[in-house]
Amino acid sequence: MTKPSASLSKQSLLDSDGTRLELEHRSMWTDVWRQFRKHKGALAGVFVFVFISVAVFVGPIIHGVDPNAIDFTARNLGPVWSHPLGTDNIGHDTLAQMLAGGQVSLAVGLSAAFIALLLGTLIGVLAGFFKALDGPLMRFTDLFLALPILPLLLVTILLFRDSLRATFGPETGIFLLIVSIIGVTSWMHTARVVRGDVLSIKEREFVTAAHSIGTRRHRIVFRHILPNVLSPIMVSATLGIANAIITESALSFLGLGFPPDFPTWGRLLYDGTNFIQITPSRVIWPGLFIALTVLSVNYIGDGLRDALDPRLRGR
Amino acid sequence: MRKQILFWVSLFATISMAGSAWAADRGRDGELKLLYWQAPSTMMPYLSGGTKELEASSIVIEPLARYDNDGKMWPWLAEEIPTVENGGVSNDFTSITWKIKKNIKWSDGSDLTSEDVVFTYEYCTHPDTGCTQSNYYNDIVSVEALDSHTIRINFTVAKPFPYSAFVGYNAPILQKAQFENCVGAKAQECTEENFHPIGTGPFKVVDFKPNDVVVLEANSNYREEGKPAFSGVLFKGGGDAASAARAVLETGEMHYAWNLQVEPEILNKMAEGDSKGTIIAGFGTAVERLMVNFTNPDAALGEDRAEYLGGNNNRNAHPFLSDYAVRRALSLAIDRQILVDAGYGFAGKISCNVLPAPAIYASTANDECKTQNVDEANRLLDEAGWARGSDGVREKDGVRISILYQTSTNSVRQGTQAFIKEMWKAIGVETELRNIDASVFFGGDIGSPDTYQKFYADIEMYTNTFSGTDPEAYMNSWTCKEVARRSNNWGGNNMPRYCNPDYDALATQMSKTANLDERIRLAKSMNDMLMQDYAMIPLIHRGGVSAYSNDLMGPVGNEWDSELWNIADWHIHK
Repeated sequence: MTKPSASLSKQSLLDSDGTRLELEHRSMWTDVWRQFRKHKGALAGVFVFVFISVAVFVGPIIHGVDPNAIDFTARNLGPVWSHPLGTDNIGHDTLAQMLAGGQVSLAVGLSAAFIALLLGTLIGVLAGFFKALDGPLMRFTDLFLALPILPLLLVTILLFRDSLRATFGPETGIFLLIVSIIGVTSWMHTARVVRGDVLSIKEREFVTAAHSIGTRRHRIVFRHILPNVLSPIMVSATLGIANAIITESALSFLGLGFPPDFPTWGRLLYDGTNFIQITPSRVIWPGLFIALTVLSVNYIGDGLRDALDPRLRGR
Repeated sequence: MRKQILFWVSLFATISMAGSAWAADRGRDGELKLLYWQAPSTMMPYLSGGTKELEASSIVIEPLARYDNDGKMWPWLAEEIPTVENGGVSNDFTSITWKIKKNIKWSDGSDLTSEDVVFTYEYCTHPDTGCTQSNYYNDIVSVEALDSHTIRINFTVAKPFPYSAFVGYNAPILQKAQFENCVGAKAQECTEENFHPIGTGPFKVVDFKPNDVVVLEANSNYREEGKPAFSGVLFKGGGDAASAARAVLETGEMHYAWNLQVEPEILNKMAEGDSKGTIIAGFGTAVERLMVNFTNPDAALGEDRAEYLGGNNNRNAHPFLSDYAVRRALSLAIDRQILVDAGYGFAGKISCNVLPAPAIYASTANDECKTQNVDEANRLLDEAGWARGSDGVREKDGVRISILYQTSTNSVRQGTQAFIKEMWKAIGVETELRNIDASVFFGGDIGSPDTYQKFYADIEMYTNTFSGTDPEAYMNSWTCKEVARRSNNWGGNNMPRYCNPDYDALATQMSKTANLDERIRLAKSMNDMLMQDYAMIPLIHRGGVSAYSNDLMGPVGNEWDSELWNIADWHIHK
């Protein structure tokens, strides 16, 4: 077990005459990983993203301060031992708020991007693969592209806030609302890119071959087409995460979205702007973390695109 | 010959130079830039209860008399203030006769006559208009035009303080010719008229964009020569209080910013050193208060949501706020001093009354609220049978004390919300906070569910105030007939939907009482009844804070009328 990675990637086979052959098996994913490792920015991105995720989800266990606890005697503090990032003007601990806010912002980003990914892939593959659906689905996509997201969000929040609040409670209700709206309004680019790739791939010889031996259509889609369009899907997913975090920030900035005592990075930044001269850390930290998260995710997406594209891989 | 030309040229030059130096030309100072971060949604004060609309319209349409910054009444469109001594008020206080100044022209050039005044009364008292200022026209039998410039108001009862109709920025005069076809149900539909009212004031509306900006230009028919000094006004809305303060105090790009509800530490920071502006703060009658909803705002009720259905207030009663013990406990649990220190500083003091000023009317009967008493609050709730559930939230018969608490978006208000949420947590009350953009919340748009009039929440917080020094009309706001409801397009002033026959009786009595001491007693007992019934939970007696740039002369603030009451006199310091 001195070289575990090597032993995993090698398989021992017995030849027909009993001699052992050492073959080096190269799966697609090991190749992808090799290529990905070459992209320094992407590696750094993974490191930063993992660090932020671990920090916001494990951090509250170590720094066990309730983000909504108010200490009236400790207002507008700079960094002190009991409040490592200082406090805000009503005595909230900034670090605790940053951690709690990070959980929400990351959760919003990941889930909204996931919804957008599912929808975009579904519509893109359907439009690209079934000719009859192409026209209607792409016009539908155009329609969604033409929708301005912020006004739409405002109207939807107004319309569905009360019913969702009654069913799921204020925080979960708004979370579902924001996540689904961001998801539902950001799948279009994925769909267009996927459709384009599917159109070109379905004319390739290996798909024709699969057709000719009578492979069912859904098998062709899952077995032959989807793996080949994985690269654009992954890239748009990573961009989607960044986009969702920024949209949520914009909403918080407008004072919409989550209740005012529910910290998210966007809201912390918004609340802190007035205090930039008094406690600059209230603006610096949320701003820095939004920027770092978005940047790291973008770099990861960049690296994944290079790594997933078979034509680029190995160069 | 040459000498002669030279003489004429030099004479002409001297005259024209003198002309430009002569400081009394109308429009000499260019554009005046006002920043009201809560943008006005209409220019029609009778269709909006919001202070921002009242302020905006006050520079266009004017009342017969106004209050100055000391609360003293001055004739405005009237020749003098009618009194018993000068014969303007009848000896039995049942009528008042106003004489309007001659030669006052509307901005379209036509004359202001008593017909316009009579029409204004008819407009606001029409039952379908949904007039939000109708409490300024209470107890009036008729308003009659005695001649083209004299009107008489006849009251149903003796009115010892007959100066509420047509006085102050709540009750300005409208032009009959313009609004003739906008009375009653059509009032809301007259968008063009409501956005561009023709007035007698120093400026007239050129362009109005709701919730955004009002562009005004000097009224060429204004009655005083050489006024206003500015050729126009840019009345800009939007943004927030802190950026408004910054635009005047730090960058100097605006001349005047209103209602700077900003955390004291930020304001102090901006005002120190070589600040480009000055802060004015004055205490009037403004109280930041929590309105308690006496009706059930449950969305499941559909149309009847937060609708007062009558029947001794029991048919649509609030599930837990209709319990006196709960309301009292909510008030006792609040430490008001913390709210003042964190959010208001020099511009606030704790208040236990909704009527904190003028000083003669301030009651001391409710001072219990000055000290927080969590133990007593808890005891009250225990006694009333509200037991803590497993999650620490009190409940009784399946009803949880879970409060939806709404206010406008403003960082001071959100800070106050956060404090109160924590304070209520200590007595086992769960609170959900909601903040709504100020132009929507105070906008009065009957299509929006998020206005403070609709009150689709359990508790809401805002500040209210009244013009002038007599509290009668203001205290009338919480009578049964003022309840904001569907039938009056939510135009009533009684947001808590508080309806108490005893209170109405006091209001009626007050309208009939002439003796000042007796009126003081009545006003105090009305205030005490509201406070001891916890129809409202007062928090902070707020000073009005505004800022003006150092080169602007004229603003003195005004807590009794519009802050722009003397805008005709504003000018640039040379």
